[in-house]
Amino acid sequence: MSEITPDLVRHLGVLARIQLSDQEVERLTGQLDVIVDNIAKVSEVATPDVPATSHPIALQNVFRPDVAGGQLTPAQVLQNAPDAADGRFRVTAILGEEQ
Amino acid sequence: MAKDKLMDFDKALELYEPVLGFEVHVELNTESKMFSSSPNPAHPSQHDAEPNTLVAPVDMGLPGALPVVNEQAVRHSISLGLALGCSIAPSSRFARKNYFYPDLGKNYQISQYDEPIAFEGQVEVELEDGTLVQIPIERAHMEEDAGKLTHVGGATGRIQGAEYSLVDYNRAGVPLVEIVTKPIFGAEENAPKLAAAYVRAIRDIVIGLGISEARMERGNLRCDANVSLRPRGQEKLGTRTETKNVNSMRSVERAVRYEIQRQAAILAAGGTITQETRHWHEDTGTTSPGRPKSDADDYRYFPEPDLLPVAPAPELIEELRAALPEQPGARRRRLKSQWGFADIEFQGVVNGGVLNEVEATIAAGASPTAARKWWTGEITRIANAEGREASELVTPEAVAALQSLVDAGTLTDKLARQVLEGVIAGEGTPQEVVDARGLAVVSDDGALIAAIDEALAAQPDVLEKIRDGKVQAAGAVIGAVMKAMKGQADAARVRELVLERAGTA
Amino acid sequence: MTDLTQLSAAALADKLAAREVSSVEATQAHLDRIAAVDADIHAFLHVSDHALEVAADIDRRRASGEELSPVAGVPLAIKDVLVTTDMPSTSGSKILEGYLSPYDATVVARARAAGLVPLGKTNMDEFAMGSSTEHSAYGPTRNPWDLERIPGGSGGGSAAAVAAFEAPLALGSDTGGSIRQPAHVTGTVGLKPTYGAVSRYGAIALASSLDQVGPVTRTVLDSGLLHDVIGGHDPHDSTSLSHAWPSFAAAAREGATGAVLKGLKVGVIRELPDSGFQQGVSESFRAALATMEAQGAEIVEISAPHFEYGVAAYYLILPAEASSNLAKFDSVRFGMRVDVPGGTVEDVMARTRDAGFGEEVKRRIILGTYALSAGYYDAYYGSAQKVRTLIQRDFADAFAQVDVIATPSAPTTAFKLGEKIDDPLQMYLNDVTTIPANLAGVPGISIPSGLAAEDGLPVGIQFLAPAYEDARLYRVGAALEALLVDSWGGPLLDRAPVLGANGGAR
Repeated sequence: MSEITPDLVRHLGVLARIQLSDQEVERLTGQLDVIVDNIAKVSEVATPDVPATSHPIALQNVFRPDVAGGQLTPAQVLQNAPDAADGRFRVTAILGEEQ
Repeated sequence: MAKDKLMDFDKALELYEPVLGFEVHVELNTESKMFSSSPNPAHPSQHDAEPNTLVAPVDMGLPGALPVVNEQAVRHSISLGLALGCSIAPSSRFARKNYFYPDLGKNYQISQYDEPIAFEGQVEVELEDGTLVQIPIERAHMEEDAGKLTHVGGATGRIQGAEYSLVDYNRAGVPLVEIVTKPIFGAEENAPKLAAAYVRAIRDIVIGLGISEARMERGNLRCDANVSLRPRGQEKLGTRTETKNVNSMRSVERAVRYEIQRQAAILAAGGTITQETRHWHEDTGTTSPGRPKSDADDYRYFPEPDLLPVAPAPELIEELRAALPEQPGARRRRLKSQWGFADIEFQGVVNGGVLNEVEATIAAGASPTAARKWWTGEITRIANAEGREASELVTPEAVAALQSLVDAGTLTDKLARQVLEGVIAGEGTPQEVVDARGLAVVSDDGALIAAIDEALAAQPDVLEKIRDGKVQAAGAVIGAVMKAMKGQADAARVRELVLERAGTA
Repeated sequence: MTDLTQLSAAALADKLAAREVSSVEATQAHLDRIAAVDADIHAFLHVSDHALEVAADIDRRRASGEELSPVAGVPLAIKDVLVTTDMPSTSGSKILEGYLSPYDATVVARARAAGLVPLGKTNMDEFAMGSSTEHSAYGPTRNPWDLERIPGGSGGGSAAAVAAFEAPLALGSDTGGSIRQPAHVTGTVGLKPTYGAVSRYGAIALASSLDQVGPVTRTVLDSGLLHDVIGGHDPHDSTSLSHAWPSFAAAAREGATGAVLKGLKVGVIRELPDSGFQQGVSESFRAALATMEAQGAEIVEISAPHFEYGVAAYYLILPAEASSNLAKFDSVRFGMRVDVPGGTVEDVMARTRDAGFGEEVKRRIILGTYALSAGYYDAYYGSAQKVRTLIQRDFADAFAQVDVIATPSAPTTAFKLGEKIDDPLQMYLNDVTTIPANLAGVPGISIPSGLAAEDGLPVGIQFLAPAYEDARLYRVGAALEALLVDSWGGPLLDRAPVLGANGGAR
């Protein structure tokens, strides 16, 4: 079931917002291939009749009362900001549209 | 960019069948946010907050921070689902929608994917002519809002050409309910009006439930309109576009109309519609293509591992169902009958979008007729002129107070309109405006008589004419007195006094 | 005076409570030890510059008659995955160099409230991805038993710190064995609690459904004391349990009497044949089991047919969740930013993440992105979640027959630095015995079982118990520990090589 190609790895890099160098793409293609083959083995036992477990301990309806408070101060919000202006974080020009 | 070619609307409807779809986002007005206890900017007390003052660690994606679900937001979401006629899921989960954008604190949005809390409902929408349309609802689900970006340096304040952008995370984490309709067929030439009416209907519902301030101009209620055209007789649906940035009901109507005309022109010329997100421009009344989504819609949804399923108890659902307010349609029928309006009068109120305001004005003491007169008359005229919503301009209490000044004879209708302008301009309550501007009708007969005497001195033959039976001659004197009094006189009283003078009262 | 760094946390706590020693003295002794040996060990990424002030404050409060917690005044090392307001938190990554959290992790806040004295932040594999601490962006930590060897991972720093007597207590995190495997290779004790027993709020997330915070110490009682401080429900963590936990220190004390071993049913997993492990590891494991049997325990062979799929499932679930959890490191709100002249923010994000993340992290993010991407969810991530169900069922079946399950904590003793780093698949197989507990959410402990004959390096034995039965691990662990330490004539760490310029008191 191995379909890892350099093009796929490059595409995954875009989805993950990591700019991969050509060497990285090449290396990852090889490594992912080996790993993914091995991993496809789970499908041997993961048959349709087996339900998925997403939480180890089954809890539900965990809520918090609607009480406001505990927010950070603006100084705390910005304390690690690489760049800020006017009390807000500053970033360079954005390419994509808001969603 | 070249201007879009538009086909004449009626011609477009001849050739093509419009199919609509809407995604409406409602910001809930809870005290705290959806997944953190930070104060909620969509709560009325917080809407003026300074940037980055309403941010908890999880809202800005600080390492190690975790979400915890706001119980009240869940209750409100269930109530909304019920009001939309939906079934409530016995168990639903949150999911992560993964994409990168600077307004996302975590670069994923916590939403719901294949397990929405509410699904399969319908909403009754009333058109201007009274026709009722059932809009099918696909689902309503819970999610969190993103932060706000301000683009700096470009010409238009939009992304294109901006030098840099500033990010404020106050809005990140605000509770949202997203309502998605199924495709809507059969609207035909009413499609644009139906769009506006649908948004109004949603707004009425959430305001009636008290779960959202629903002010479109503040982003509490946002509508994305999907439009596609199907050539008459064709089975296959056309390609749809999604239009965003429609910030008022009027814009929804105009945007839908525009898209129908634009798409028709393309199809008729043999072209194809690009499936894309478009942006509505209020100033030019057009849509333009947004930037392409670079991630090609691969959001890699998976169940949110930091949160547990929501499984509302049947008792809770019944409790919320029992607490639902009257359905908007039933309410409208009741009010029309209570107020004794004719169909066309009541329709005018509904279509003007001022039903709530009229109701509140009557509750504050005005008569139905007076309330209707003000809201559908002068207030709507001013709202249209200023491009604002009538409800933004003045409160129902102020309108009722204004009318009671007229009823008491302190103001004439004409003066009252001046006072209204003053109230809208923020000069104070009606009484304060009257006092500040000195607009009260002069009720002192002595002052009136003095003015009448002056006017008669200039027109000595008037009294003679009146005694001769030409009562209408009084008009000239009345006019002169009103002018001298700068309108601050009760014309009817002036007439009485003139006739008394003539000895014919 | 006894070298204070040689004392267990329990013994030190007793001396502090009896006012035989001050917290300032104890803290200073550990700071001196760090200064003497950490250039060689590199367990610490950051040493607190105000630990003595904190210690002095504890001493002041004690002198004024204030009632303090049993462990007040004892120094504590903190894995750099846990955020602290007064020291940087990097999670072993360059992308968070210098990051100062505006809030404390819940476990850190509780530790401070109990009067523990934070000494510093310890080294780890970057974002907790690894089994050797070689993937730290700040250089590896070295095993105090042999400086050419790995201290385990991802929490090698905390384990090395306690093994080298630089701290009596440490906090760690365990996603697939990151507390238990370092304990095994350093001759120390580490426990991963039941999922949800200890708050994850403030633990920089790797895989949300697998991560747990736990104690790293030299003795089972010390672990119990620390666990008592940090555990319990936290409203900031939705996955946190509301269960009323017993005292784990009390369980450890109770266990030390040995009575628990009589009639105890100990399961050994047929599908994890230790015969396939390093010989010395297997021998030490069997010897420990024999010790237990001699006290009346019954060794039962059990079947866990789906455990062999654990590593595969884990290496789908973890990268998927991690790829999402690590998306927040994007140069906008905190952390590294690489400027790209004329570039868009998308360019800046992509360049920053490429520069700031190490190879192993990038590998797992790409793999995780793949596992979640359109068309692959059902086959990869979705299937892996089914294996979880099957492993939970295996545990349920097993615990119907036995009280605890025993395994060697890892297949080999500490390997040499650099030996496995180029073979990720080999590295992943280190976790074959520890991963099932994270997938199922059950608790696990590793305690020293002896030294491997062929290399004289430490071996650990792991015990697993049903969810919520963490106390059982303390009882059984303390019982075996007492027997083994007695048979050795002293703790295993007595045999570790002498470190530091001062040699002397080790």
